[in-house]
Amino acid sequence: MLYDSYFKNPGDVPALLDKIRVYTDRSGPIRLMEICGTHTMAIARSGLRSLLPPSVTLLSGPGCPVCVTPAQVIDCILSLSQQPGILVASYGDLLRVPGSARGDSLLRRRASGGHVLSVYSPMDALEAAAAHPETEVIFLGVGFETTAPGTAACILEAAARGIPNFSVLCLLKQTEPALRALIEADDFAVDGFLCPGHVAAILGANAFSFLPDDYRLPGVVSGFEPADLLYSVLMLAQMLAQGRPALQNEYTRLVQPDGNPAAKSLIEQVFSPAPSDWRGLGHIPASGYAIRPAYARWDAAQKFGLRPGPDVEPPGCRCAQVIRGVLHPSACPLFGRACTPQDPVGPCMVSGEGACAAWYQYGAKAPGPQANIER
Amino acid sequence: MDEQITLDYGSGGQKTADLIQSILLPAFDNPALAELGDGAVLAGGPKLIFSTDSFVVSPWEFPGGDIGKLAVCGTVNDLCMAGGEPRYLSLALILEEGFLLSDLKRIVRSIADQTKAAGVSIVTGDTKVVESGKGDGIYINTAGIGFQRAVLPGRQGFQPGDAVLVSGSIGCHGAAVMLARAGLLEAGGPLQSDCRPLHEIASAARNAAPSGIRILRDPTRGGVATTLNEFTEGTPFSITLDEGALPIDPAVQSACDLLGLDPLYCACEGRMLAVCDPACADAVLAAIRRTPGGEQAARIGTVTGEMPGHVLLKTAIGGKRILSKLSGLQLPRIC
Repeated sequence: MLYDSYFKNPGDVPALLDKIRVYTDRSGPIRLMEICGTHTMAIARSGLRSLLPPSVTLLSGPGCPVCVTPAQVIDCILSLSQQPGILVASYGDLLRVPGSARGDSLLRRRASGGHVLSVYSPMDALEAAAAHPETEVIFLGVGFETTAPGTAACILEAAARGIPNFSVLCLLKQTEPALRALIEADDFAVDGFLCPGHVAAILGANAFSFLPDDYRLPGVVSGFEPADLLYSVLMLAQMLAQGRPALQNEYTRLVQPDGNPAAKSLIEQVFSPAPSDWRGLGHIPASGYAIRPAYARWDAAQKFGLRPGPDVEPPGCRCAQVIRGVLHPSACPLFGRACTPQDPVGPCMVSGEGACAAWYQYGAKAPGPQANIER
Repeated sequence: MDEQITLDYGSGGQKTADLIQSILLPAFDNPALAELGDGAVLAGGPKLIFSTDSFVVSPWEFPGGDIGKLAVCGTVNDLCMAGGEPRYLSLALILEEGFLLSDLKRIVRSIADQTKAAGVSIVTGDTKVVESGKGDGIYINTAGIGFQRAVLPGRQGFQPGDAVLVSGSIGCHGAAVMLARAGLLEAGGPLQSDCRPLHEIASAARNAAPSGIRILRDPTRGGVATTLNEFTEGTPFSITLDEGALPIDPAVQSACDLLGLDPLYCACEGRMLAVCDPACADAVLAAIRRTPGGEQAARIGTVTGEMPGHVLLKTAIGGKRILSKLSGLQLPRIC
């Protein structure tokens, strides 16, 4: 507990900020991107932006798994929830995400008789299937490499117990291909990455070595407390000032260089790399996971013949640019006016981890002079 | 507004406020209701405070309490916050076919214990039974009447520099229920609901500063963050909270970290927020701390004019951010 509380409130914040300032005086302004929804939240909740010197800009990348799930996939899920005999089980984040029709969501469908269950773990969904053999329970497998091992373990458990009325709609995504697509885009303008500590706990810190090796970009695997984030920004600022990009690990209390072998082998056993559609980034080869044929009986896409159409953005929605970090949330014309957490248009406003929702929740409610509090 | 009621309308946050403002208030328009206090001050004769609340908590039993205890404390506390001395309660039970009589007896015993503790009598009641599958075991409604013992100016009385106090650690009830619901909590553990009657704490605060208290409120649904936003909304004032001063139980903080929740948005059912003249803040704080259930009271913030209508949080590392109202239900996050 004491150890943890140090990271919540390190006490030497002014000294750390001074060091960051010294490095950015040397390097000039730097733009850093986090690519993890929990980092988005942690930065906003700690008020970190209001402390950092103006020379440091923190951007939110495609790190919210709910935000990068295309609207057409949500539409498929919504229609599933209305079918008799089907129960859709989902993490809470996904319940408010709108499909392509404004205001349509799993929460709304539940109010009009749809069968939707909010779960903390895929195992809860599996137990619901075991308890109600007459109901087809479909778990929405959303997330990055962090949630993949748990989802894999759940499919293995379903297979071992022979539970036929359970299946997973596999919407899992891989971090590296999306990062590469982001970096290789024409409008890419980021100097370094705060790498996701949770993903790295599974894959290992070395999974992000491609940043310096292939792109000469510095990366720091970061934890989620305010001190973690401050140290990680400092480490990135130092590497940028010295012109020596490398991959460093700040989150050493949890992240090993090679990750968690047991979790990696679960992923390997149940999933194979597959192309995936990302909201904001489009179709990216080998950026998702497919359930291997040996476990096809628990694959909801096959079981129910699901084929989402091509992705179409809601009119005026700029989430695609926000996700790539090229547009600030408050610069979107819909932000805080037509698009609010109560009545979201795009995915970034829906999930608590979304860049727009975090900005609205902890920053300014509308563009204007107030915007500089959570700058 | 939406075409159907979703769970968000029961969150106590913005959606609940929308429902009240657009459907309920216009239909029943009258001065006692329009104040939207925790209880209504009734005109004519000796001043009476009147309040009602319904209880649908699931599971009906949780560490530190049950729906019966909650049904008494909820209404008693609303009366106390409105400056009343609670005296009489009504009790309406809506039971689902199949509910065990032994469970009902336990709940009734818990109701009786709490009425004794709070010094109130149940003087009228009602019982209805709905078919199996049409309820959640048991729902309770209580209404209460209290005698007005103090007239508080409310948020109209705020002055820059006023102190914001809380009577104890925050978010315990919400976190305990949320964990019990997820099957992650066992009785007797360190995480217990804070559910308790606030009559002694409220009168201790009022007696310590008869003219210095601006407003009292129990931060139930939507938690401390939402209640403080209701204080500042539409006023020329903001409230700045000091994160380092917030009394948060380590068990609550850990549970919230685990579930992706924020203690500032978790309901309290036995805590009181007070805004008072800074000159009497120490006396009020000392009086609350001397009262059972108020030992961990703390001064957590200040009324300012920095950003009118908003609540700001000075974070533990010295950053500053807006603390919004809860927009819908708190939903558990993926990672």
